[in-house]
Amino acid sequence: MSDRSRALESVSAEPGVVKPDPVLIVDSVSKSFGALRAVDVDHMEIQRGTITALIGPNGAGKTTLFNLLTGFDRPDQGTWTFDGQSLKSLGAHRIARTGMVRTFQLTKALTRMTVMDNMRLGAGNQNGESMTRAMIPSIWAAREREVTDQATELLHRFQLHHMRDEYAGTLSGGQRKLLELARLLMSKPRIAMLDEPMAGVNPALTESLLEHVKNLPNEGMTVMFVEHDMDVVMDISDWIVVMGQGRIIAEGRPHDVAQNQEVIDAYLGAHHEDTSVYDQGPVEIDHDLALRVAAGKTA
Amino acid sequence: MDAIAAGLSLAIGPLAAIYAINAIGLNVQFGYAGLLNFGQVGFMLVGGYGLAISVAVFGVPFWIGVAIGLLAAVGLALLLGYPTLRLRADYLAIATIAIAEILRLIVNTKSLVNFSGGSFGIPSAVTDNIGFSDTYYAIGERFFALFGSTLAGNFFRVGFLKIDGRGLWTMIVGWTLAAIFAFFVWLLMRSPWGRVIKAIREDEDAARALGKNTFVFKMQALTLGGVLGGVAGMLFVLLPGTVSPNVFLPILTFYTYAIVLAGGAATVTGPILGSVVFWFLFGAIDNALRNSSTFASVAGPMVLGLVGLGLMLVMIFRPQGIVGNKQEMILDV
Repeated sequence: MSDRSRALESVSAEPGVVKPDPVLIVDSVSKSFGALRAVDVDHMEIQRGTITALIGPNGAGKTTLFNLLTGFDRPDQGTWTFDGQSLKSLGAHRIARTGMVRTFQLTKALTRMTVMDNMRLGAGNQNGESMTRAMIPSIWAAREREVTDQATELLHRFQLHHMRDEYAGTLSGGQRKLLELARLLMSKPRIAMLDEPMAGVNPALTESLLEHVKNLPNEGMTVMFVEHDMDVVMDISDWIVVMGQGRIIAEGRPHDVAQNQEVIDAYLGAHHEDTSVYDQGPVEIDHDLALRVAAGKTA
Repeated sequence: MDAIAAGLSLAIGPLAAIYAINAIGLNVQFGYAGLLNFGQVGFMLVGGYGLAISVAVFGVPFWIGVAIGLLAAVGLALLLGYPTLRLRADYLAIATIAIAEILRLIVNTKSLVNFSGGSFGIPSAVTDNIGFSDTYYAIGERFFALFGSTLAGNFFRVGFLKIDGRGLWTMIVGWTLAAIFAFFVWLLMRSPWGRVIKAIREDEDAARALGKNTFVFKMQALTLGGVLGGVAGMLFVLLPGTVSPNVFLPILTFYTYAIVLAGGAATVTGPILGSVVFWFLFGAIDNALRNSSTFASVAGPMVLGLVGLGLMLVMIFRPQGIVGNKQEMILDV
């Protein structure tokens, strides 16, 4: 057990529980699309330096919550702070600059740019991104060399270096996921928000991608990720937050969540005594996932 | 042979230079930043009218008139971009094509006849305004004097092209400016600024997620392209020394799109080569039709169809354009 999971050892496994050292605190954030309440989170805290998984059946509001927290969508109400700073009224690019950087469910490799240019784009503090200064290379050339060195090192680490001068559009789906993660690291984020980082990645690459994600806390980063592959979730998470129907229905260490009746019900769409939470229509079921959660399987 | 000569003449002439500048501007917007500006002619119009009205009607010095023309293009870019650049790309396309037409109808309005000359344009008999191109050609006269020649009333030969002094002067100014602007675009697009611009074209959300204020970048690209359109518009009215609303038709924008695509979008030299090729085809086909006894009477509409066919052939056999990158084209999904 790592130090970081030890910090969460004494935290009780209940929705909205207070953490010893939260880096992200979410309060009463909600968002409706018409009559559908897509997200309705009363309170959520993310422990600094941990890997937190956000799971839940399809349509539970995980990606919408990600969009709200990272400024890609506006909540109807609610506040959230990142390291004490309120992000409520900031645009997506301002939130990214505070150190909360996200990836997307559908990979956004910039296909008609080279792998190296994709990487360089991730870096901040580049004066040459000002239109007037851009025309005088001597202003930005030094920073560009720094950025290129940083990118070269990351590309080696992510085994993409041989592709550095190729268009990103020539990469395989899995390599694009790797590139997106590496590009995110170029911005030196303090919290990485990964939306299904393993989706569509073949098993061999999953291993390497997992290793990279697992290592992020060692570099002082907090990780929050949405994932459907339960083996991955159980393997790398220090903490799991479960959403259903827009709410947080459970939280806990992997073994807490695997045994949680509400989670099992949410995934199976079971007939629970208290149906009020689920009476808004049938829950789409991922049977494979549900059965593994129900069996309490951990990798 | 006559047709080839006519094509070559048009390809290097002042009109091709003006379109090259216009296309360099549109290429910044559409080719590099992915902004669908369907109203480039609107930028030409405000540039041309901005210069003409301020000099001919309000009597300001020529260079201030030029500055006003440029500012008008900047103003139009801000006006168009502010409400639409936060929205999906299609909205800019709708807004630009609409406002270009609105502007043309406004300057055409009868009640503005003392201001814009209405449908008569500037200068016109109904208003006693002065020629706005006098200073421009006076500068040209001094330039020609450097080579011991005179501009007014003189004719020159450049290859197949026979051209009067005024046309040659705009040709020199136009191609020089086109080269300078292409150089600036090259400088910009190899910089980190250009990288962000291209990233926005590829996926705006990805750029935002990496902390780039995409709204500002898009506004800058729209403005830069618009200002180049304004410059093209000024040369466009200085060449004849007159301005009239009925030349600023939407088809000018579509010619410019054809030039950008034929030359190669998102390339530095593409708009220049595209303009040369486009006007070569135009000149050659037009000449051939006019000299044939069968088609002479329908040459006007037919030349458009045949130029379109020529461009289709370019797109079929070189879909990336003349200097475009084939691989980029294949990756375009």
